[in-house]
Amino acid sequence: MTEERSAVVVRDIRKSYGELKAVDGVSFTVAEGEFFGILGPNGAGKTTTLEIVEGLRKPDSGEVRLLGESPWPRNVKLLPRIGVQLQATSFFDKLTAKEQLQTFGSLYGVSHGTAADMLELVGLADKANEQENKLSGGQRQRLSIACALVHDPDIVFLDEPTAALDPQARRNLWDVLRAIQERGKTIVYTTHYLDEAEILCDRVAIMDTGRILALDPPAVLVRGLDAPTHVTLQKGVLSVVDASALEGVDEAHEDEVSLTLSTRRPAPVLSALAERGALDGLQVRTATLEDVFLNLTGREYRA
Amino acid sequence: MNAFKTLSVAMLKGFLRDKVTLFFTFLFPLMFLVIFGLILRDVGADKTRIAVVGDGPIVSALRDSGALELEPYNDESSAVQKVKDGDLPAALIVRGQQLDVRFAQSDQVKSATVLGIINGFVDKANLAATGQPPTFTFAAEKVEDASLKPIQYLTPGILSWGVAVSAVFGSALTLVSWRRKQVLRRIRLAPVSTGSVLSSRILVSAGVALVQGVTFIGIASLPVFGLKLSGQWWLAIPLLLLGTVAFFALGMLVGAFAKTEEAASAAANIVVLPMAFLSGTFFPVDQAPAWLQTVSKIFPLRHMNDGMLDVLVRGKGIEALAMPAAILVGFSLVVGFVASRVFKWEE
Ligand SMILES: Nc1ncnc2c1ncn2[C@@H]1O[C@H](COP(=O)(O)OP(=O)(O)O)[C@@H](O)[C@H]1O
Ligand SMILES: [Mg+2]
Repeated sequence: MTEERSAVVVRDIRKSYGELKAVDGVSFTVAEGEFFGILGPNGAGKTTTLEIVEGLRKPDSGEVRLLGESPWPRNVKLLPRIGVQLQATSFFDKLTAKEQLQTFGSLYGVSHGTAADMLELVGLADKANEQENKLSGGQRQRLSIACALVHDPDIVFLDEPTAALDPQARRNLWDVLRAIQERGKTIVYTTHYLDEAEILCDRVAIMDTGRILALDPPAVLVRGLDAPTHVTLQKGVLSVVDASALEGVDEAHEDEVSLTLSTRRPAPVLSALAERGALDGLQVRTATLEDVFLNLTGREYRA
Repeated sequence: MNAFKTLSVAMLKGFLRDKVTLFFTFLFPLMFLVIFGLILRDVGADKTRIAVVGDGPIVSALRDSGALELEPYNDESSAVQKVKDGDLPAALIVRGQQLDVRFAQSDQVKSATVLGIINGFVDKANLAATGQPPTFTFAAEKVEDASLKPIQYLTPGILSWGVAVSAVFGSALTLVSWRRKQVLRRIRLAPVSTGSVLSSRILVSAGVALVQGVTFIGIASLPVFGLKLSGQWWLAIPLLLLGTVAFFALGMLVGAFAKTEEAASAAANIVVLPMAFLSGTFFPVDQAPAWLQTVSKIFPLRHMNDGMLDVLVRGKGIEALAMPAAILVGFSLVVGFVASRVFKWEE
């Protein structure tokens, strides 16, 4: 990927607060149209990284280029091309959803008609005349995202848009994020949900204590882990001894309810099981980003 | 869409939809205006009442002059009883040519006034009876003095105070709430100048100040309160606007230091309340001790107040604006500069 076609280029940025190295040498590039995720537990340095990239904070050292330009000091030429949702939902007092969008739009010289389109996009058309403080958490997040998009920016930065939402609201928001990507936007977003990053992101940077530990498409990260696939069957369908003897099975063990086989070659194992008609209650669990995190840091992932 | 215009509209809507702010901007100062206006309405206007038994040319002359209010009684004993009870300061008993006055000893000032007035009328009648032209004559004419009827100083004072309160609180609370909710940082990410954001908020405050002016003066002019505007009352408009800017700057300074809306609100009160009391909002400063008058001169509200009094009720012209305007502009520049130095975009 050449730098000319990169929407975001970050080179070795660092930021310390006293002794604390909030961001400790982070580098990455994001291609145009890419959905890029920064994944990490609280305090990993995601927000600090994002705000340096947006031009809200000055890094102690390192360099940032957005669409070929430096975002710091405040670069008015660049501002219309980036859309930002801050970690806190920032709204004007006492305005309705539509008025919020119109007001943010006017800061960019956008016509009022766009506000209605944006409400449609984030599924808030029926809440247009509702005051912002009367919306639910998920609706506020969606409105906040719409406010970041109202001026049709090329790059969108979203800081934990799905934090503190219930599972249904999170899933609704995923649809919104996918719709934004389909419009050809570059999305840089942070999350502490592993499953979500795995589903949404083209590439994901796993961050911890101010550093990027790994950066790849989620599938590559998981595959690179070379972790075994776990196949679970109902207890009694097959004995532990028979199971261990199957081709490709590394290990088999049984508890009160189920029999679990570990394998690095799931295909022959599954066909052998099918031949024996032993597919009752079959579940296959492959490695996830959680395993990747555990492998990288040596500790369980805790958001 | 023009950012300045939309921002102004957005802020105006936010203002109009906030009932607490509306209360403190309009109803709260109006409550003071109405209560003080009614309590103090008759101060300096009440005449002394006395009891009168009988009638005659002197009594008619007294009644026509309006110098005293006369309360007629049929018999002497009930009139004197009124004096004994302390209800009336004196009783005038007319027996043909003979006038007796029975007065209460407790209130010597009032009694002396009553005696003096009656004596004056008796002397005049005696002189007229002789048919001689008077050796000395005197003519009395009313002079518009510097001491004003209460509503005349209350209205300019409460108006200045109301404008100061709403400008200080408006800017301090907006600033703190925007910083806390990250609206400031979000605005900074838009290609819009700080100037247009600031000026749109000041425009809203200025509009509010003008509406306050119209409302307060309108209500004070109702017959119950009886405010009489003099000459060039419209000179109050530039004062309202300059005052708004000055107190807006003060609010920005308060808002720069406060972390929460509650803290901003408390700090604004600590700044505004003493200033209001010492600047002649509720009583005329020229009745205060000299040292207090000197102290009050450090407050911009005092000068705004003086200017308001001069142009609204003292009938002074544009020259009365020079000093207050210069001080308000100077205050705005200095405080605004300091506020911009200590301004923070984020917590
Ligand atoms: N303004 C600040 N002053 C001091 N410490 C900060 C500041 N901002 C962030 N930090 C610290 O830097 C670290 C990274 O924070 P942040 O970037 O917000 O992490 P994340 O977004 O991944 O939760 C945290 O330990 C946080 O406490
Ligand atoms: Mg964060």
